[in-house]
This record gives sequence, C-alpha cells and structure tokens, in this order.
Amino acid sequence: MQEAMIAKAKAMLADGTVDRVIGWKRGEFWYDITPAVFETAEEIDRDLVFDDFTAANVSKYLIKECVKGGGRILVFLKPCDTYSFNQLLKEHRIDRGMIYVVGIECYGKIDPDKIRNRGITGVKSAVNDCGTLKIETVYGTETMPAYEVMAERCLSCKSKKHVVYDELIGEDGEVTDSDRFDMVEKLENMTAQERFDFWRGELSKCIRCNACRDVCPACTCEHCVFDNDKSGIANKAPFSDFEENNFHIIRAFHVAGRCTDCGECSRVCPQNIPLHLLNRKFIKDINSLYGEYQAGADTDSRAPLTDYTQDDCEPSVVHERGVE
Amino acid sequence: MLRIKLDRIDELLAAIAKAQTLYLPVDRSDGQAEFRKWTEGARLSNALNTVRSAKDFFFPQTEKLMEFKTEGKKIEVVDTREDCEDFVIFGVRACDARSFEILDKVYLVDPVDTFYKNRRDHATVVTMACDRPAETCFCHAYGIDMTEPGGDVTCYKQGGYLYVNANTDKGTRLVETVASLLEDGDTAELEKAKAQTKEIYAQLPLAKLSMDNFGGDKMDEYFNSPKWKELSEACLGCGTCTFICPTCQCFDIQDFNTGHGIKRYRCWDSCMYSEFTKTAGGQPRPSQLERFRQRFMHKLVYFPANNEGEFGCVGCGRCLVKCPISMNIVKVMKALEEK
Amino acid sequence: MMNSCDSLIPKIGVVTDIRIDTPDVKTFRVVTPDGKKAFEHEPGQCAMLSIPGVGEAMFSITSSPTNTEYMEFSIKKCGCVTEWLHSMEVGQQITIRGPYGRPFPVETELKGKNLLFIAGGIGLAPLRSVINYCRDKRENYGSLQVIYGSRSKDDLCDYQEILDDWLKDDKMEVDLTIDREQEGWDGHVGFVPNYVKELAPTTDKTVLVCGPPIMIKFTLAGLKELGFTEQQVYTTMELRMKCGVGKCGRCNIGNKYVCKDGPVFRFDELDSLPDEY
Repeated sequence: MQEAMIAKAKAMLADGTVDRVIGWKRGEFWYDITPAVFETAEEIDRDLVFDDFTAANVSKYLIKECVKGGGRILVFLKPCDTYSFNQLLKEHRIDRGMIYVVGIECYGKIDPDKIRNRGITGVKSAVNDCGTLKIETVYGTETMPAYEVMAERCLSCKSKKHVVYDELIGEDGEVTDSDRFDMVEKLENMTAQERFDFWRGELSKCIRCNACRDVCPACTCEHCVFDNDKSGIANKAPFSDFEENNFHIIRAFHVAGRCTDCGECSRVCPQNIPLHLLNRKFIKDINSLYGEYQAGADTDSRAPLTDYTQDDCEPSVVHERGVE
Repeated sequence: MLRIKLDRIDELLAAIAKAQTLYLPVDRSDGQAEFRKWTEGARLSNALNTVRSAKDFFFPQTEKLMEFKTEGKKIEVVDTREDCEDFVIFGVRACDARSFEILDKVYLVDPVDTFYKNRRDHATVVTMACDRPAETCFCHAYGIDMTEPGGDVTCYKQGGYLYVNANTDKGTRLVETVASLLEDGDTAELEKAKAQTKEIYAQLPLAKLSMDNFGGDKMDEYFNSPKWKELSEACLGCGTCTFICPTCQCFDIQDFNTGHGIKRYRCWDSCMYSEFTKTAGGQPRPSQLERFRQRFMHKLVYFPANNEGEFGCVGCGRCLVKCPISMNIVKVMKALEEK
Repeated sequence: MMNSCDSLIPKIGVVTDIRIDTPDVKTFRVVTPDGKKAFEHEPGQCAMLSIPGVGEAMFSITSSPTNTEYMEFSIKKCGCVTEWLHSMEVGQQITIRGPYGRPFPVETELKGKNLLFIAGGIGLAPLRSVINYCRDKRENYGSLQVIYGSRSKDDLCDYQEILDDWLKDDKMEVDLTIDREQEGWDGHVGFVPNYVKELAPTTDKTVLVCGPPIMIKFTLAGLKELGFTEQQVYTTMELRMKCGVGKCGRCNIGNKYVCKDGPVFRFDELDSLPDEY
C-alpha cells in the first residue's frame, strides 16, 4: 500500500497534476507519525509512510492548503476521512476543484496507548505480520493479535467505503454493521445520577488544551466563541469545574448533525476522555428523531438540523425523553 | 539505608498521610496515572509518569488571586491568600523533580510570586527512582540521573524493598515521623540495580541525544532557521504540549463577575494559542509558525540565555507521547541541527 | 491571610480628572484614595491599570516623576479595558500596580546630552514623561527638540499643554506636523519621518522615538541617512502583557521581556534580538 502511494504521489507531482501531497510522515519511533505536506519526490521517498499507526485524519489540513492557493493538492484519505472531506465540501470550507482525492484502504489503526497500558515500554520496533503485532523492546519481545490493541473507533468502524474519491488504491469496502452505539445505549440505560456521575468523572479530567476542538474537522470557525472575550462564554479560567464541562457539551451541540463520527476528538485527548460518545449520542438521537442520517455520506442532502419537515419531532420530545 | 518491604508500602503511605496531606500517583480506570490525594486503599501507581506533571502542585491550572468588592464608584481589593497546609508529594520522578528547580527560576526570582512560594515552602517532595525507562525518555540530556531523582526524600524500589533516603532537613523530619516502620538495609544490590537501569537506558533510542548544539548563543541561527515552516505545518495550535509539560509556566489573568463579587484568577496559558500575544493594536506572532517557534526557542535558547545555560525542558517525554500530531521537541532539535 | 505583599495584588486609585485630548484619547489623573501618588516612578516606566471584572492592561505613565501630586495616563480607546476607561466619570476608582520596566536612562546615558524627541500620535504619551522631566531639570540637559505629528490637528495629544507651555518655552524647540492639509492649520503638513529629514537635525543629538511601528521604521531609516547610529536612538515598546514582572511569558522579544527588560530599548539592543515585534 505504502509503495503504491509513494509511486502515485511521485507520478502526479512529476506530471504536474498536483504540486503538493498531503499524507503522513514517519517519526522517531514506531508510532509518532505526523501529518505532512510533501512537495518533492525526495521528501516522499524519504518520509511518506502508511502503516498501522497513520491514524490522523488529514482532511482538515485541506482548509489551510486551499486558502494558500497554488496548484492542485493530492490528498490520501482513509474511508472515514472521506466523510469528513464531504462534510467540509458541503460547508464550503474546501475547494473540490483544487483537490485530487486518492482513497486508500484501511484495516483499522493501532492505539499506542493500548500497548502502553499493557506495561510495554522501551519499544524499539513494532511490526504487524498478518495480524500479529510483534514488538521489540529493550526489556524483551512481545507479540499480540493486532486487533487487541486496535483503536476503539476502529473496532466499531462504521464504514470501510470511500464516499468520495478520484482514484482508489486497494479495494473499496462497505458500510459496516457497526456496534458503535452500544456504549451510548449503556449510558442511556443508566439512571440520571449514574450518567451524571459518569460524565462528571470523565470531563473533570479535562485540562482544556482544546486539542479535541482544534483537530475536529467540524470545528472550522475562524474565531471560536471560547477564544473570544466578547462572546461572554470564553472560559480559559473557569471558576468551577462544572463550567469547564460545559465546553464539551456546547461543542457537541455545535457539531451535532455535522459530526461524521471520525473519532479524532477521542484519539487526541491527552486524558483519554471518550468525547466521541457525546457526539454519538447526538447521531443516535438524530437517527431516531429525524430518520437515519450520516453526516458526510453525501454533499447534497439537507442535514436534519438545518432542514424543516412536517414530520420533525415536536419540541415536547425533550420533556418526554427527560422522564426517567 | 532505611528500607521497608514493598508489600508494606501501604502502611508507609498511611503513616505519612496521617502526619500530612499526601498526594501520590495512582492508576485511573483508563490505564493512565494521575496524582491524587491519598485515601484509604489508594495504591501507588507503577507508571513511569503521570499524564499531568507534578507542576500542578505549585502552579495549578487555575487559582484565585484575589477578590474585589465594588459599590458605586468604589472598589475594595480583598487579599484572599491563605497559608497553605503542609503536604507531601510522593513518587515524583527525576524529571519532574528537576522541573521544580526550573519553575523556581521564574517564580522565586525577584519579585517573588507569593502564591507559588507559599505552596513550595509547605511541600515535601518524595521522589521515586526510575527502574523502567521508556523510549520517550531523554532526561540524561539535561544531566538528570533517573536513578538519583533528588527531592527532599529519595525512594528506590529494589528486590522487594522500598529504600528511603532523606536528602534535606524537611526530608529528615518526614522520615522521622515514619521511622518506626523502617529498618536498616544493605544497599549493594540497590547499587547494582541502578547500574543495570542505566545500561538499559543506554539502549533506548534517545540515549544519545545531546544539547551541545543548543543554548543562549544560538538566537540568530535558530530563530531564522528555514526548518520552522515544515516543523510547524501540521501543528494544530492546541495547548496539549504546554499543559502537560512540567516546565511550561506561562499564564493568563482573567476576571470573573460571579454575580456576587468579582474574582481574579490566574490560569495556564499557551504560547501556541493565537490570542496569547494578540492586542487591539496588532499581533507579533501572526501565524502558527511564529507561535510554534516561540515555544521551542524559549526552551532551547531563550531560557538558557537567561538562566546560566539551564534549558526549559527536563526530557520527561510527555509531549512525545501526547502531541495529537506527534510533533515534539526531539523532532525540532534534530531538524534544527541538520544543516 | 499572608503578610507579604505580592506584585500581582494592586492598590486602589481614584480618577480625579479626565481630559479629552483627541477624539479617541483621554488623559486620566490618578491618585490614591487619600490623595497621594500611588508610587514613585521614572520616565518611561509603566503601570498596570484595571477595572475589576473587565480586565487589566499596561499603560505608560504620561506624567513626569517630578510631578509630586498625581500620575497621568494618556490612553487611546482601542480595546475592552480602554473602552471602559473612556466611559468612566471623575471619582471612579480603578486598581493600579507598578511601576514596571526599565526607564529611559535620564540620569545616566541621557544626562548632559542634546535630546531630540520624535513622536507620532499616541506615541507622545511615554515621551511626555521624559520631556517634562527634562524641562523640570533643564540644567542637566543640552538642547531639547520635539518633533511631533499626527493624522490631523485634532489628533495631536496634549495640544493645550504644547500650546501653553512647550511652544512658549524658549529653551526648547517644538516642530509640529499633521498628515494632511486642514482648515485652521498653518503649520507643517507631512508625515513625521519626512519632516525629520526636512528638518535634518544634527547628529550631536540623542534621539527618543515613539509612535506607530511603521512611523518608527521609516524614522529610523531617515535618521540613519542623516548619519545617526543605532546607539543614539531609543524607543519604547508595547506588547501584550499580563503580569508586568517577567513571569506570564507573553511579552518577550527573544530572551528579553518588554515588561521587565524594556519597555525602553536602544536600537542596537533591538537589533541583536529576533525581529518579532
């Protein structure tokens, strides 16, 4: 896969179809991979990587690259990234004409935290041999089935289908029958107090680094209300931790109906807060209240929260659903 | 050296907690460790490091500086500072212990920050020597010996024992309060274990990292380096690196009108944020490139320029683990060094 | 409660006079509630003023240290805090802390020198402190010359003081200019940097310059053409500040903090720092 990507990127740079390539750059170790913009074949040969650890969704970088102007941009998108891409198109944040999308097959990515949580450290290399991850460390060798340390979002992958591409490398997959709402259901079945305690416990870990917001492809405001002193809700120094929790709730509301469930928020959270569950709750509710809807699946449908139909639920649903 | 059997460590912690408020790293359900106040049954984490560094004890994420009462055109400043209680931080690693010295160079120099000093004065720092360093460790680059972490009391784990050694008067007083639990023990095996840890450390990927090419005299060379564009390209501009960093110490001051009185807070701030230096009149760091450059120039050049060569980094490796896009000080150093 | 004082905890100041200088600049006179000066300062130093609940901001102290009765701040309306200050009435209390920063070296490097002050717009505010200090200690300095300009006649700060005191003072030279022709103005018209070149001051002078960055840039270039060196020219900087004591970490230029190592810099010092201000 990586070889095919490198060949494709170099060919398109060489024939002038594109003048830069967005992909992933290898790091110091086995897992610390950085999204990167490549401009030369030399950089691509040396640094471009695609493996079990190239987890970042690079679609949001297209906003910045489109603003820069210049020639066309080649971007490599995993299936879940293509939903973000479509949503960005729908919101007029990126210019389709400037972008050449190469869809790439994905089998799921590994979560380095899951490896660390097994007490594995001092890692020198990690190789995936047909689904078995072999990790060499200064303390010895460890092997495990790769799926055991796969990221949560990949274990409940919603789709292996590329919803947009100009060209594919590898096979296209199908929308999968995912169990991604299981945890949401579990939370729904809790008592209000249990649920409150769960979220207070999780959200109180927040250090307000804003990584979830800054990585989120749905968070594309030029000046976030939380950074704007004049908005009245900027709260860099919250005077209570409850107020701090509001940040996440307000953010979830703001991306509701636009969140594609790419899971980047939870991936980047340094405190491992399962932020995607807030978004999934909205997605699940939208599905049940307005009919099945997947943000980013297409670029022309009307989104349920910005559309009005006579079948829309009544506001009283809030009251009915609030009853235990 | 004094020691206690590791299976009796809970007794030791309980005895310390009886004397003073005790904080220690404990494992959370998500597998990461954090410092928490000791409660009955608290188990000391074996994690190499907590997600949030120990700087939180002296430089908390948010703290109240003062209150104001206003009536008509009148204002009253209410000094709400109170003497902090004595407390013990147990299990601080060598890197975090060094970070306190770096924070001191900011907060204890004239004019002394009394909020910081108050907490510093009342804290007893009990360190824990490392015996299982990670690939992200590079404390050696700053002359830190992870097997000798310092602090008021140093603890070492070896062969089923926890060895305890007081380094300061404060430390001695703390060890005295739990003396009845401790016994004398031979340290020959401990010394061997330390040497072994160092041998392992030497095999780690960053063991050869050197600071020789960095320092206060590199201002022009690195500030104008063409590498910043590429290095900062993927930076999200979030505050993760700054907030988990044990030496990042920039802050903001904000007022809140609570409805019944105004409170002035100090909170962590990040040079990675766009509004950090923004004024009504302009923005000296208009893009992420300048903001990104500031953070690393501060640690690698400006801080040593002002502090006799001391760097603003301790090699704890947190940013290597936690940066959402895996850009970090090691990558920056290596890129800057490439001619 | 702790006994020690902390630099972040301010004193109370009372605004006893508000003067409307220009359409967007007001000068505020501040004393303590018992009618004294809040603290002593040196020319070029700054103070943190705040309105609780609105915020705190750094301002240069416009009045001269030789004024024993009160301090003055000339403040341009441009943000949250300044908007609030502009809406104040006499008698309003504010908070004040300081003094902060390195002043102009009036008792050392500048002593005995011929001084040339070049200001644009609100840039007169920090220089006014030095100008009046030098006028009050006239015997300590050689010639005094002020070149001051702004967009229009109405935008000249402290115009009344300039007319009543400075222009009538035969021991100093004052050259005013405005950017564009205006009815009722028979003085010079043109940008400050050009006026400086026209006046062609002799290089035996030490220069103190303050104004918008673009004005400073072209003035410095003009001075160099006239034969001035960077060691002869001082300026005062303004960046975002929160603490005022070199700890909050946002006002640095390279390893220097404007609040603590500045705000006054000599141009050769700035030259050795990264170009980021």
